[in-house]
Amino acid sequence: MPLLSVQNLRRYGKPLVFAASLIPFLWLVHEWWQAFAGLPNGLGFNPNETSNRFSGDWALRFLLVSLALTPLSRILKSPKPILFRRMTGLFAYFYVWVHLVSYLWLDLMFDWPTLWADILKRIYITVGMTAFVLLTPLAITSTKGWIKRMGAKRWQKLHKAVYVIAPLAVIHFFMMRKGFQTEPLVYGAIFVLLMILRLKALPWGARKKKRA
Amino acid sequence: MLIKKRESWHLSENEVTDEAAYLSRRNFIRSAGAAIGASSIVGATGALQAASERSLLPLQYAKTAFDPGETLTPYEAVTQYNNYYEFGTGKGDPAEHAWRLEPKPWSVTVEGLVDKPGTYAFEDLVDMKNLEERIYRLRCVEAWSMVIPWIGVPLSSILRKLGPKPEAKYVAFETLADRNQMRGLRSFFKVLDWPYVEGLRMDEAMNDLTFMAVGLYGKELPNQNGAPLRLVVPWKYGFKSIKSIVNIRFTDTMPKTSWGRSAPSEYGFYSNVNPNVDHPRWSQRSERRIGEFGKRQTLMFNGYEEQVAHLYKDMDLKRNY
Repeated sequence: MPLLSVQNLRRYGKPLVFAASLIPFLWLVHEWWQAFAGLPNGLGFNPNETSNRFSGDWALRFLLVSLALTPLSRILKSPKPILFRRMTGLFAYFYVWVHLVSYLWLDLMFDWPTLWADILKRIYITVGMTAFVLLTPLAITSTKGWIKRMGAKRWQKLHKAVYVIAPLAVIHFFMMRKGFQTEPLVYGAIFVLLMILRLKALPWGARKKKRA
Repeated sequence: MLIKKRESWHLSENEVTDEAAYLSRRNFIRSAGAAIGASSIVGATGALQAASERSLLPLQYAKTAFDPGETLTPYEAVTQYNNYYEFGTGKGDPAEHAWRLEPKPWSVTVEGLVDKPGTYAFEDLVDMKNLEERIYRLRCVEAWSMVIPWIGVPLSSILRKLGPKPEAKYVAFETLADRNQMRGLRSFFKVLDWPYVEGLRMDEAMNDLTFMAVGLYGKELPNQNGAPLRLVVPWKYGFKSIKSIVNIRFTDTMPKTSWGRSAPSEYGFYSNVNPNVDHPRWSQRSERRIGEFGKRQTLMFNGYEEQVAHLYKDMDLKRNY
């Protein structure tokens, strides 16, 4: 049996990727633990800022990875990458929550009126919150049961919302920086590249040829 | 002009760590450790910092009454958490990359509506025999703050020496912009329109609080803090306190500042610390003092209302942000 057989990927690959995906979160929790204990830690001189950025970075990275799996499976002509698509998508949503909790707790100290004012007043927060709200139904309906209940077509239509969510996340990132900074543009460029790779006109994009 | 490209291993004699400093390095790290212990959530990276920094000469200075009596922000935070976009946009970038800056020798050109224009050596501009220490709050526009013991001279003492003409209404400052020394200037997309420009109204510049710093914590300014000379305007957001100044220009028109050109709706010419006027993207009502977990209320004019409120008596500060 080949090492990367579907069976092996299911049995060992998935738990492995799951554990690896938790590493950034565990690091963050560990560093905060150290910080509160007064021990050296990797959060730097503004730990709140570090947490916000770190969690946001990882949410965006997982979102882009989940978007990369479909073109990757087409290019490889293999369904294997798809095995990990739901998990990475859900991890994106998980890190969005870490990001939100970081902002709500460390930045706002759960000051709900200020949160509401921020959402209405600060466009980059409006944009970020919109992305979060749109991502929520996608996370909820990620199970097999929901695919059955909705029917594959309607389910797929709903999940196309990610093509709006990902650019919103990139815009949110770009707007939050001062001046004209390169880093958010790199994420934007990756998103655009992933969209291009999906074009049906590309060699791997063609539908299955009808048999003659 | 012959421009010598300096490789990272080309060390000159003046970069050799002073023996006394070398022998006392453990004291430095120990005191750094104590400071970190005092503010529990600040990370320990003192050793890393000592490695990348040129040896900074201690300065002779007089203590002054300018002291808010608040806990000083640890030296490590002051010198390793910086905004100095010429060296990169990350907070750690300046401490990592500013060693390429060569602050000695240094000269400043003076031009515009002034009696004595020309190029001045650093030593001719700053009276190193009359240095004083001033402990000021620093409030960044990004809603964090520090308390820093600066060493320097009042800006007015320098400007008087130069003799501004009566028509001069503003004074503009420029930061060095050298692609060889400043890697931030080599980025593919320009973060800002270099050189960095800031300015003050003449009465703001002559105010007793306005300070030209050449040192902090008793020693020369580290490069990442704007060596060899930088402005400190404690009642304005940090970006007004321009670093590594190479040009001073007296003018009768309001200077176009770098941030003002980059985002006019976000960064006004005055940029006074004001909890009642939000930055379009975030609230300025409160701030995080570096080293503290909770938030503090931001004070009007950063707590220097008594000294500077009269400068803006008849002005609408919501419009003149």
